[in-house]
Amino acid sequence: MAIPAVRGTAAGKRTQPPRLSFLRQSLTIASKDLRSELRTKEALNASFAFALVILLLFSFAFEPTAEQTRQIAGGLLWLVFAFAGALILNRSFARELPNDCLDALVAAPISGAALFAGKALANLALLAAVELVCLPVFGVFYNVPWTQQFWPLMLVLLLGTWGLTVIGTMFSALTVNLRLRELMLPMLVYPIMIPALLAAVQLTTPLIMGEPLTAELIPWLRLLAAFDIIFTALALALVETVLVR
Amino acid sequence: MRTKLMIAMAGIAALLLARNLYVILLELPDEAAQGAIYRIIFFHVPAAWTAFLCFFAAMIASILYLVKKDLRHDAFAASATEVGLAFGAANLISGMIWARIIWGIWWTWDPRLTSMLVGWLIYAGYLMLRRAIEDPTERAKIAAVVSIFAFVDVPIIFFSIKWWRTQHPQPVVWAGGQMDPAMYNMLFMNWIPFLLLGAVLVMIRMNQERAQREIDAMRRYAHAM
Amino acid sequence: MNPVEVAGVWKFYGDYPALREISFEVEAGACMALLGRNGAGKTTLLRILGGLSRPDRGRVIVCGTQARDRAARHSIGILGHGISLYDELSAYENLTLFASMYGLREPKRTAMEWLERTGMDRVRDGLVREFSRGMRQRLAVARAFLHEPDVLLLDEPFTALDDRAISLLQTLLRDALAAGRTIVISTHQLREALELATHVALLVRGRLAYTGERTREMLEDTGWLYRQYGELQPGSARSPRG
Repeated sequence: MAIPAVRGTAAGKRTQPPRLSFLRQSLTIASKDLRSELRTKEALNASFAFALVILLLFSFAFEPTAEQTRQIAGGLLWLVFAFAGALILNRSFARELPNDCLDALVAAPISGAALFAGKALANLALLAAVELVCLPVFGVFYNVPWTQQFWPLMLVLLLGTWGLTVIGTMFSALTVNLRLRELMLPMLVYPIMIPALLAAVQLTTPLIMGEPLTAELIPWLRLLAAFDIIFTALALALVETVLVR
Repeated sequence: MRTKLMIAMAGIAALLLARNLYVILLELPDEAAQGAIYRIIFFHVPAAWTAFLCFFAAMIASILYLVKKDLRHDAFAASATEVGLAFGAANLISGMIWARIIWGIWWTWDPRLTSMLVGWLIYAGYLMLRRAIEDPTERAKIAAVVSIFAFVDVPIIFFSIKWWRTQHPQPVVWAGGQMDPAMYNMLFMNWIPFLLLGAVLVMIRMNQERAQREIDAMRRYAHAM
Repeated sequence: MNPVEVAGVWKFYGDYPALREISFEVEAGACMALLGRNGAGKTTLLRILGGLSRPDRGRVIVCGTQARDRAARHSIGILGHGISLYDELSAYENLTLFASMYGLREPKRTAMEWLERTGMDRVRDGLVREFSRGMRQRLAVARAFLHEPDVLLLDEPFTALDDRAISLLQTLLRDALAAGRTIVISTHQLREALELATHVALLVRGRLAYTGERTREMLEDTGWLYRQYGELQPGSARSPRG
């Protein structure tokens, strides 16, 4: 087999290795993850199907036409997101295991933080996709006027989903080499997510019923934003230590 | 030397506890509103403080491990977390018994008790995770990160649950507002034997961790032969 | 200053030292064959060189910077046990991805060049999952070489490869050596590695038992070095490795 000679010499090739910005590195990883997920849609389909099943099951547990059920709408919705989202989040780093892809990613000249940010962004997009399909289904099943406060609801959805994503992605990285990964994750992830879930539930319930964001709900918005910022910072700071053995 | 220190500490703890029990049961009067059952608070509250201190110490040790990579810090973090879980369980159970007598229900979704339950679950997950990792160095690193995440989460959990519960009617704990100084001091007096007991338990667990590390290293030596 | 400098490196698993006091250097244009039984620490050492793992003690300098530094990772190419390619992506997408992660100026053109060089250009849009073993291996070789690394780390490269991939790899490695690059290769397949190697290092239970130039004796009798240190030759009938 004819192989063209390797170009140039090692010495004359470069002076300064090219440096990608943090954002470019993250977007490269995120688009890689999205592309390979969209090609098989394994996690996405499973997550969406699971979400539908839980929505259906809730209607047996809580009378779907009753007024009381609508008063816990936010809680129901976020439980669906947390359970269905876990199917996507758990796979985030596990998808790097076949063929030892994780080694190649960690060895590449991108920072662990950028790798984490890229994966979290991809997860955010996938989770948001599942949520945006669930919302109208929920609206139909439980007869709630969820479109009336559309943009505030989207803001809460974004902040809440980022909270779940940061914790889920970080624990996916932590447990990537564990045989019992799937068994460990729910026990670790859900209790830690409680403040984010609680805040998101408190905010979503009035919004989804068409009521505006009142002043007494603002502390919850702050709490949610604080949760996101604190754990994003913590994850970005620690993920390099986690990935380099 | 270390064993002697442990025995001495355990002995002091036992003496103090006996003296405190005498005062709590025989000298202090019944509380006006609650009657005799209020005495459980002398165990309930110090247990919570001790558990909290254990989790805090575990986080500090975890940070130290990540900085220094010394497995003794990891052993301390694991031991303190286990002891913290034991005191946390004592806090939860005594709180439930008290609630059952005073309010007639086992669980009232009190913010502090509920936060303790959430924290307890997180740290139980931490111990489960430790058990699932074979390589001691990898286990130490991952556990340290989880411990930091857990302790940072504890205040956020507390405030979120507190806000959540203030939207609902709150059960009143002390009808008369201030606690009697003699009773208040007793909380701290009884905290001392709790702390000593906690320290002794952590030391025992750390010895076991060290032995475990030695056994593990010997097994690896044997496999390498 | 040599491209690979290892000084006093220790790595522990718990209290067990997997690597003990490892010190060696590899010159530019040299190929170091890392020999030793399974569990001797070859993979651990290569992972530390590649920045996948940190030493507990000691210093590892690759091309003038600490091993985990971005610049060091940039000048390293790794070929490990797995192919490190994504099954759901095409050959072209895989190579473009790695080319852009390494910050190459024209990732798409580089990917096409390497597809041609490895004879994979006709199946550029085929998914890796659909490829035969040999094709996947050639693509993995392209993935490791496409950013023209100054230091190549290869972990048991010849054990899994088919003939065509071996000849591709050998040609690329010879060219790399001729161009003054550095290679560290861990191996059981003594002959292929020793023909290429200019230097040899033997790891025995985490300790560096021997380092030096590869001699003619080693080429003629591949078990020679192992016997010098009381080690059974890997692959022999009495070898304890599983």
